[in-house]
Amino acid sequence: MGKTIAEKILERHSLDDAVTIEPGNIVRAWVDLVLLNDANGPVAIRHFQNMGGEAVASPDKLAMVCDHFAPAPNAAAARMLGDMRRFAKEKGIRHFFDAGKGGIEHTLIPEQGLLGPGDLIAGGDSHTGTAGAFGAFGTGMSWAGMAAIMVLDETWFRVPESLRFNLFGAKPAFVTGKDIILKVLQEVGVDGGLYKSIEFGGPAVAAFNIDERMAICNMLVEAGAKTGMVEPDEITAAWAKQHCKRDYVLLKADADARYEARFDIDLSQLRPLVAKPYSPGNVVTVDSIKGVHVDQVYMGNCANGTLTDLRQIASILKGRKIASGTRAIIVPATQKVYLQAVAEGLIEHFVDAGAAVTTPTCGACFGGHNGALDDGEVAVATINRNFKGRAGHAGSQVYLGNSYVAAAAAVAGEIIDPAKL
Amino acid sequence: MIFEGTVHVLGDSIDTDVMIPGRYLSILDPAQIAKHIFEEVDPGFVQRVKPGDILVAGTNFGAGSGREQAPLGLKALGLSCVVAASFSRTFYRMAIDLGLPIITCPEAARAAKQGQQGRVDTAAGEITFDGRLFRTNPLPKFVQEIVDEGGLTNWVRREIQRRRAIPGTTR
Repeated sequence: MGKTIAEKILERHSLDDAVTIEPGNIVRAWVDLVLLNDANGPVAIRHFQNMGGEAVASPDKLAMVCDHFAPAPNAAAARMLGDMRRFAKEKGIRHFFDAGKGGIEHTLIPEQGLLGPGDLIAGGDSHTGTAGAFGAFGTGMSWAGMAAIMVLDETWFRVPESLRFNLFGAKPAFVTGKDIILKVLQEVGVDGGLYKSIEFGGPAVAAFNIDERMAICNMLVEAGAKTGMVEPDEITAAWAKQHCKRDYVLLKADADARYEARFDIDLSQLRPLVAKPYSPGNVVTVDSIKGVHVDQVYMGNCANGTLTDLRQIASILKGRKIASGTRAIIVPATQKVYLQAVAEGLIEHFVDAGAAVTTPTCGACFGGHNGALDDGEVAVATINRNFKGRAGHAGSQVYLGNSYVAAAAAVAGEIIDPAKL
Repeated sequence: MIFEGTVHVLGDSIDTDVMIPGRYLSILDPAQIAKHIFEEVDPGFVQRVKPGDILVAGTNFGAGSGREQAPLGLKALGLSCVVAASFSRTFYRMAIDLGLPIITCPEAARAAKQGQQGRVDTAAGEITFDGRLFRTNPLPKFVQEIVDEGGLTNWVRREIQRRRAIPGTTR
């Protein structure tokens, strides 16, 4: 019987020859990378100490990124960032990224070449599955579990069942990777992928560059998925050759792999989609909710703060103004993305249009800082979640959409199909 | 382990943002976290639950952001265990690792009524609400091992001892 991509990656990392890689079995495995941020890192550090941890078993396999609270909005957050700095220094962690020196973890780690195709990556953050864009198995886990890997250099995984999405057809204008994942959520719902790996293949995956593939894989967890990936192709291979600092392997699913279900997405039938409050699974076409007044537009975060997103935003904002009564916040995902956006003149268009451009941070995406919403306010955001109260007051509302949809809403002051701007 | 207490019923896809909003993620003290559980959507919740009470939820409990403050806050409120039709996997793993007993049973989760008297035997996979019995699968053996140790911290401490006892073992 053939294997899915997730099964092949787990098989390569298994420490237990006696366990067969079949859905439902629990396998002990080593990982290529442990990913901590400043929300989960300080807690994982406490677990590490309580477990009796001394040296980190594989310090170069640990990456610590300050992104949630960086730059610190208050003293409590500053203390958490301090915990990160002290631990990194004391344990000799080379891959430590402070404010101004990195960016948002899920965009930063691949940019730095710290992950590659075929990798098994454990993160304290639920969006660790973004690594699927590169043909890697990334998954968010418990924070105590992160500490246990730092001590023992191994962990355990339940082998997931897998779903397969076949993409074909020509991609229409203003449709992006965000619309693929919103279509998946419309298709399977917020628990249809529970405990599973969601894998993408087919002729039309080639229509999505690495940045858009990150947008697809970033929100797999919103369907409950454990992980998921875009089947590696020439685009993956070219990216890996240019970026990877370690050996990597491009793993495709076998033709007779066991998928619990297979789905088709015909791109030519897709239109820009939006997830309405208060669930990422509450998906409708942008056309069907046109005219909803928008107080704030937030563009950025680990789903959609890439250079591709900034270019899409600039294509809408160039020569236009943010609507009166609406404010726009744009957050490049990393310092490198920021710098490239400056070099290409994108930032100039944003500032000219009247948008606030801020330093890379998770900030407002989780209601932490840098653009929280008040009671009754409505936002369009390119982020990944719109749960009640997530982005500020419980009485605020967030609509999730792609970068074109968000930028168009900022200009119109209301939700609008970007094609009709 | 056997738990007995009053049942509190919640719906489907209860996400961690409503359990403990993101702005509280810089709070690490369990007692402080507990004060804010469900404060936006059900401000009376923390007053209503009593130590030993049992939480019963629908599908996908603990959806969304993986944050230990969620299971940690529920545990600090004194809730003895959580029964759900299904769990978000990060919440499931976090709860097990922190020593908050949880068990999956769709039939029991659907039948539960607010205020019933509940009894949960996690090892046997038996759940009783006002005398009506539901059976479910016990936890996988390896997961039960972590539960028996009271969480992952103790399990890792024991594993460190085991490795030290065998010269030359790094795994």
